[in-house]
Amino acid sequence: MLSARDLSCRRGGRPLFAGIGFSVEPGQLLFVRGRNGCGKTTLLRAICGLTELESGHVYLNGEDIRKLDDSARADIVYVGHRDAVKDEFTPLENLAVHQGLRGERHDETRCLDTLEEVGLAGYEDVPVRFLSQGQRRRTALARLLLSSSPLWVLDEPLTALDTGAVDWLLDRLNKHLAQGGLAVTTSHQTFDGLHEANCLDLS
Amino acid sequence: MWRSLWTLVRRDISLIVMRRQDVLTVVAFFVIVTTLFPLAVGPEPEILRALAPGGVWVAAALASLISLDRLFADDWRDGTLEQIVLGRQPLPLVALGKITAHWLSLGLPLVVISPLLGYSLGLRGFELAVLAWSLALGTPVLSLLGATGAALMLGVRAGGALMALLVLPLYVPVLVIGSGAVNEAMHQAGPYAHLSLLGAMLAIALPLAPLAVAGALRISLD
Repeated sequence: MLSARDLSCRRGGRPLFAGIGFSVEPGQLLFVRGRNGCGKTTLLRAICGLTELESGHVYLNGEDIRKLDDSARADIVYVGHRDAVKDEFTPLENLAVHQGLRGERHDETRCLDTLEEVGLAGYEDVPVRFLSQGQRRRTALARLLLSSSPLWVLDEPLTALDTGAVDWLLDRLNKHLAQGGLAVTTSHQTFDGLHEANCLDLS
Repeated sequence: MWRSLWTLVRRDISLIVMRRQDVLTVVAFFVIVTTLFPLAVGPEPEILRALAPGGVWVAAALASLISLDRLFADDWRDGTLEQIVLGRQPLPLVALGKITAHWLSLGLPLVVISPLLGYSLGLRGFELAVLAWSLALGTPVLSLLGATGAALMLGVRAGGALMALLVLPLYVPVLVIGSGAVNEAMHQAGPYAHLSLLGAMLAIALPLAPLAVAGALRISLD
């Protein structure tokens, strides 16, 4: 379970948000909304423990997210604005590197299956710089399927995705939640067909 | 954990090798700066010989500096750095892995071709060996110090110029002792005191610089 109390943050001397609190139970999705510049990305980065807040703490299963030990950090998978996909590598190599960095053994068949599921079959061996924005995004989202992390943190996951991919992502998200996973996401598009979405309005 | 680090080192080396121009730029810079000396100073062998240790070392230090620009910048820009920080392995070890990969692909070539450049400036035999040895001990220290600067300068506009201001003063002791070692060898004194000092610097920088880099990376990502 993910919970937070009394989060506040300043950027460039200007308060972004203050007094934010939430609690996400297994199987629930937290949907963070708000206008541009209201601190959605900052909040998501704080939930991953990347950004230090002015006050307040985020707890994952009762432990402070900034003090998680190295193995507990593997419980979080984060797909941010910047999609951490290397142009020089092929989608398959990108996934292999991702698995390696998480300390997992590279499992080629699983990576290939995952790429097929995200619709990149036939592009496994094409360097990412020759792929489209949407295909880059799909490579990044493939990381979700490779990990068994209970907490998904997705910043604008629908950017550059076509309708087929959006449906696929919603379907996977629903499956993840049905299996007792947690998710936090932001999006300017509306998510149709998601169950148990708690909304957090920052503006 | 070791698998993660191994992945990281291998990934960084293959990225640098794939973008061949990075290695070529640094090596070409090193060669060109050293060959400018005879053109500017004139062809007298005695003067060139006297300038050789300092010349090669200054060129190596500057080449190391320009190579550090992209040590973390690419990973920072495309979000990989966030993923690395969220990974399982301790950040100082990650930093050490990245610096190792960086030195192996961009520092080691400088060490390898340095005897050739030293020879062209008039160094001979034992002096060339000392030159290569001093660079082999000294350039990793330069990479470690420079990495701290590179991590601090992430996301700063005109970071390259600022980094030079920040890092070059830190390079001074390495430069003095490194070229000193070759000078000693040229004057029939033992270079071993200088080489030991370089080794000591490496031994201190190796565990401490990654801690500083990790701190700087956290600040840059915040």
